[in-house]
Amino acid sequence: MEITTQYIQDRLLEKFGKEISFLLDPYEMLNFETPKDKNLKVLQFLFDDEILRFRFLIDICAVHYPDQKGRELAVVYHLHNLQDNVRIRYKIFTPIENPDIFSATGLYQSANWMERETYDFFGINFVGHPNLKRIQNVDEMDYFPMRKEYPMEDQTRIDKDDEMFGRGSSVL
Amino acid sequence: MSDLIFPNIKLPEGSIEKNTTTLNMGPTHPATHGVFQNILEMDGERVISSEQTVGYIHRAFEKIAERRPLYQITTLTDRLNYCSSPINNMGWHLTCEKLLRVKIPKRVDYLRVIIMELARISDHLICNSIVGVDTGALSVFLYVMQYRELIYEIYEEICGSRLTTNIGRIGGFERNFNNTAFTKLEKFLKEYPGVLKEFETLLQRNRIFMERTIGAGPISGERALNYGFTGPNLRAAGVDYDVRVHSPYSSYEDFDFKIPIGKTGDCYDRFLVRNQEMWQSLSIIEQAYKKVQEFKGAEAEVYHADAPEYYLPPKQDVYTKMEALIWHFKIVMGETEIPVGEVYNCVEGANGELGFYLISDGGRTPYRLHFRRPCFIYYQAFNEITQGCMLSDAVVVLSSLNLIAGEMDG
Amino acid sequence: MARPVRFNVNPQNPKISDAIGFTDLPEGLEGEGFYATKFEKIVGLARKNSIWPLPFATSCCGIEFMATMGSHYDLARFGSERLGFTPRQCDLLMVMGTIAKKMAPIVKQVYLQMAEPRWVLAMGACASSGGIFDSYSVLQGIDQIIPVDVYIPGCPPRPEAVLDGVIRIQDLVHNESLRRRNSPHYKALLNSYDIQ
Repeated sequence: MEITTQYIQDRLLEKFGKEISFLLDPYEMLNFETPKDKNLKVLQFLFDDEILRFRFLIDICAVHYPDQKGRELAVVYHLHNLQDNVRIRYKIFTPIENPDIFSATGLYQSANWMERETYDFFGINFVGHPNLKRIQNVDEMDYFPMRKEYPMEDQTRIDKDDEMFGRGSSVL
Repeated sequence: MSDLIFPNIKLPEGSIEKNTTTLNMGPTHPATHGVFQNILEMDGERVISSEQTVGYIHRAFEKIAERRPLYQITTLTDRLNYCSSPINNMGWHLTCEKLLRVKIPKRVDYLRVIIMELARISDHLICNSIVGVDTGALSVFLYVMQYRELIYEIYEEICGSRLTTNIGRIGGFERNFNNTAFTKLEKFLKEYPGVLKEFETLLQRNRIFMERTIGAGPISGERALNYGFTGPNLRAAGVDYDVRVHSPYSSYEDFDFKIPIGKTGDCYDRFLVRNQEMWQSLSIIEQAYKKVQEFKGAEAEVYHADAPEYYLPPKQDVYTKMEALIWHFKIVMGETEIPVGEVYNCVEGANGELGFYLISDGGRTPYRLHFRRPCFIYYQAFNEITQGCMLSDAVVVLSSLNLIAGEMDG
Repeated sequence: MARPVRFNVNPQNPKISDAIGFTDLPEGLEGEGFYATKFEKIVGLARKNSIWPLPFATSCCGIEFMATMGSHYDLARFGSERLGFTPRQCDLLMVMGTIAKKMAPIVKQVYLQMAEPRWVLAMGACASSGGIFDSYSVLQGIDQIIPVDVYIPGCPPRPEAVLDGVIRIQDLVHNESLRRRNSPHYKALLNSYDIQ
């Protein structure tokens, strides 16, 4: 049977009721969000269901919205149904004070490094991850560089003059 | 004691009790073509487990992309999978065009297909010849590099650069393909099939090569899907998933090509799949070239979409006409309308599904740009693939997976 | 092979000096049956035409290096036929590609493992000065950690530029004094990088 956006929406509403909220996506991909403690239940439901069959995890990433208080960090899962060629996007929001999210490594092996990378860049703590440590940056780094408050350039460098590079004069 | 001298090497747990050797295939190693580290725990010659460390060439692409307008990010995408940078460039342009809702004329689509398939051939040539080098056959690599030079000459004719091409613009190409480019393409199409045939006969039924690669690092289709494999590695494991067929982009649905599939997912299957993909790419290029030649007259001069908000007008017009001047100013200073929204677009890179997740907030630069890099995702499976195999098999597996460090770390 | 021989197919009056290149003898004292010159000149001449490089290829410049090593722009013509991957046996460390801060201690370790006399070639914009990656994780040039002899700009540099860089290294090797590695000037240079 044809899996349309409306069908997926109906199935999710029927299973999870009021906790789901949908966003209209003008670019033809269904986006939905739930509270963060439901993420494993939703992923498991989408995996097991015989019609929905979202059994391929494309990507996990995170976004930092410093202006939305209480919902600063968003974790975004992209899922794919290979047999019917449908993609969906699933987001969960978490406040920045305790960014604990259940890890999806039990369900998808590919989530392992993707979650480590998200932890490395944004500081999201994946509960239940077998080996949550930094993957891309040096181990001694003590901040999470992709968050919006940190600049792109290395601040400890003294050789390149900020003025010459058009960045204001913060270096002596 | 090992912590003091080599802080980036850690002994695996329990290795001293189990009497196993720890071998560091460190970031600089002739076998690792790129910088990533494998700490192998070995019992004699057999690998028991391995731990990977990546990030030795982390260049913070995603952070840099938050500071650059959309048309400047193309140079960043070049350096993701640098063996086939036109595919990354085209993927990025397609993502921007999806966000900005730009419609692309057919001729531009066909030209893009030619460039992307040339890049795919170029990448598979490197991967397959390096598999040959790792099993000891160096001369194949030197022989085949000459034909990559022909591909580089075609790129040079179109965009001026050999490796990190920055080919195309949002909406098309920066200039029309001139006759020299097509002459060089014809020369390539004439000379290359003979070379590919010789390459096959040297390695494909070669007894030594087959014994080295058959059975080395197999993976089943379900495990590969769970690990997030895409591209030739997944097709060698038996799953026929190709983005060009599933969600066709850039008029791929107009072409007739097959997708080669393997059975066991070992190194020999990966080699064969890549080889066959090169033949299919050649056929696609020939079809696309014929289709491009069918455009006559004014249509043959079309090389970009009619999108003045996003595609820079020609310089003669900027200096003489008012409208062109205004558009040029707006594009460069960032005053054009970028819609607010999120878009995920993927293309079939040489390694698999290369995805771009772009969140735009209406400003000149993206709010967030994330690259879904296939190498990073399937390198996790190396531990499971090489359990129980010999060290030399692990080396061949490493090169047949086609791990490009620039894409892995990004 | 598809490419036929085009030049020198029918040599007319071949002169051997056209086919073989000669270098001049260094200045010295000549007499019947003997030739005396400075030792360092002969050593320089011998060393420069057989430099064994260590290709430390990290990223895109590594692929251009592979093209330089290929038969089209052959690097082996200049004596660098044997590429070693171990620093203990090599003279020239060619750093090609971006060096991230995570990789920097490894570059330094490889440099320390090389035996004197050793030269360093920084190929590409990333190795020379960080390149287009002005970010927190990229080392802005390898001369922050090791002394560099020749820089090759480009992103990536064309193979002809790489060959030019190798020829400049050869000039440096040719003209190097035998006492340079023990001189106080060189020791001060190494000390400024905390290398003993």
